[in-house]
Amino acid sequence: MNERSGFSAQRLVAMIVKEFTQMRRDKLTFAMMLGIPVIQLLLFGYAINSDPRHLPAAVLMADHGPQARTILHALQNSTYYDFVREVKTEREGRDLLARGQVQFVINIPQNFSRDLVRGDRPAILVEADATDPAATGQALGALTSLFDQALINDLKGPLEFLAGTAGPVDVRVHALYNPEVITQYNIVPGLMGVILTMTMVMITGLAITRERERGTMENLLSMPTRPSEVLIGKIVPYIMVGYVQVGIILLVSHYLFHVPMLGSLTLLLAAAFVFIAANLSLGITISTVAKNQLQAMQMTFFVFLPSILLSGFMFPFRGMPHWAQWLGEIFPLTHFLRIVRGILLKGNGLADVSRDIWPLALFAAIVLTVGVKRYRRTLD
Amino acid sequence: MSEELAIDVRGMTKRFGDRTVVNDIALQVRVGEIYGFLGPNGSGKTTFIRMLCGLLRADGGSGTCLGHDVIRESESIKRNVGYMTQRFSFYEDLSIAENLDFVARMYGIPGRREAVNASIERLGLSGRQKQLAGELSGGWKQRLALAACLIHQPKLLLLDEPTAGVDPKARRDFWEQIHELAAEGLTFLITTHYMDEAERCHRLAYIAYGNLLTHGTVREVIDHVGLATWSVSGPDLASLARQLRGKAGVRQAVAFGNMLHVSGDDPEALERAIAPFREGREWTKIRSGLEDVFIHLMDRSKDNFDA
Repeated sequence: MNERSGFSAQRLVAMIVKEFTQMRRDKLTFAMMLGIPVIQLLLFGYAINSDPRHLPAAVLMADHGPQARTILHALQNSTYYDFVREVKTEREGRDLLARGQVQFVINIPQNFSRDLVRGDRPAILVEADATDPAATGQALGALTSLFDQALINDLKGPLEFLAGTAGPVDVRVHALYNPEVITQYNIVPGLMGVILTMTMVMITGLAITRERERGTMENLLSMPTRPSEVLIGKIVPYIMVGYVQVGIILLVSHYLFHVPMLGSLTLLLAAAFVFIAANLSLGITISTVAKNQLQAMQMTFFVFLPSILLSGFMFPFRGMPHWAQWLGEIFPLTHFLRIVRGILLKGNGLADVSRDIWPLALFAAIVLTVGVKRYRRTLD
Repeated sequence: MSEELAIDVRGMTKRFGDRTVVNDIALQVRVGEIYGFLGPNGSGKTTFIRMLCGLLRADGGSGTCLGHDVIRESESIKRNVGYMTQRFSFYEDLSIAENLDFVARMYGIPGRREAVNASIERLGLSGRQKQLAGELSGGWKQRLALAACLIHQPKLLLLDEPTAGVDPKARRDFWEQIHELAAEGLTFLITTHYMDEAERCHRLAYIAYGNLLTHGTVREVIDHVGLATWSVSGPDLASLARQLRGKAGVRQAVAFGNMLHVSGDDPEALERAIAPFREGREWTKIRSGLEDVFIHLMDRSKDNFDA
């Protein structure tokens, strides 16, 4: 007659079998768990671009000399600028910017070509709508070298003295891992983390509250169960769902987006296990705290938004102040993004990724402990 | 029925905030007994049952349930108790067989498959075991719930309004089964609103606003309340009832079909009250029924509560 019986594998199996059966019956949720990764991957994978090109620009041409035209062509050829309008006055250009019809107004002053040839260093004014710095940054960054290069051909012979001299240092940049700056190489692996976070936290977040709302909790509590059996029993089936999602995402990213896979697939799957477990622990703990399914959903979003914004998925992690980086380190997504990008794009090995795996494991352990402690064994 | 006690608790108390829902209740139920637990809605019956099987922490009280300490040993109690909740609380998206199988696994029953099959057989659910629980009618859900509660062979069954929303035929079958199981030595604590069911219990307790008002056999409960009742038939009983209500000595006047039951706790005062209305109607002194007694108890406790 031992009052505190230990953890029972049999009861755990009972929970797992039950959860699997219920998952299978809930056709819509099941379809969503498999459909969401594909839809989101296609949507965001093709839609998000961190290197925007073909931005609409207007030009105020007060000079029609050959050098002025060269510069215009050079801007167009860079593919950053698409000239859609020619304006007559500065005022007109400002209006277009204010209305958002163009992103840039290029102002080529009177006598530009003449002044250039005389060596007077004429000025070109580029006005940009910089409300969204990310939209204009790359295009503006390309300007200086663009002008220098563009005029090289025009400044031959007697004008050669005007061509810029090489600087004192020859700078060479090797953009490693993603030299062609393909946004998808960064976004698609990141989406794996985002999609797993969303589905895993949300689905388990509803797990306990659903039992509570349907009245089945009363029955479950009247049986001799231990909290860990119930909670782990609800987590295990979704680990498998998580792996199905990982598989789908990897296939899509390989065949549609041609994201390179430099590192070990086994290592990635092992790391994904820890990440999935961390998210499920978080979800199940939310579920023990929330009073109903609506609260659980709200809490899920409370976690989801900072996960996306502070993890380095949307904005550069290193661009954030230190306190925000510290905060970001808490979220599993932050670590998983480093792991998945590291393995896929950099070919990182176990030694490289282990410093991001242990924080995930720690997170899972702490959060699950809180969940087990919070799990109410009575209806009080 | 033996003298051994399946439930023996005293001073059971539960408060939600500053509201006392169960107030100092003592209850003794013998092994093999069918014990009826009656009282109006919100009187604390469900709360009391939940405390017995460890679903709610008691704020006060002591005693034993199946020999285990009711406060400290709720895990052991849970293993030997079947609790059938008021609202169907098995999984509607699992089939009958899957629900039973889940329960059997949870209790670690040896020979699980056979136990599940036997249970399906015994309850006449064969051929429907693949049906989802959510698609069952009220009567079948109740059968399933009972089968699931019995699968781990508990010694005590706590049934919370088991026949609510179940048709008369199914109710009768259900009570037949309860009596058979009790004869095999199972103990029952059953809450109900139906008087015919109350009369099928070996003993009863009546609880209102958290207080235990009376308990004993049907006979004892009726005698204990000491209600005198007259049955009257004749013309225009509705206006008679209106005139009698509120008269000194008359506690209640309740229509029963073509009869009116007029009751009071002081027989002489009651007779004085009805004397002016004797003419033209047929008056018979009858033994108070359980229903008369319970309506009376309910009204009286309401008066006390409101006061």
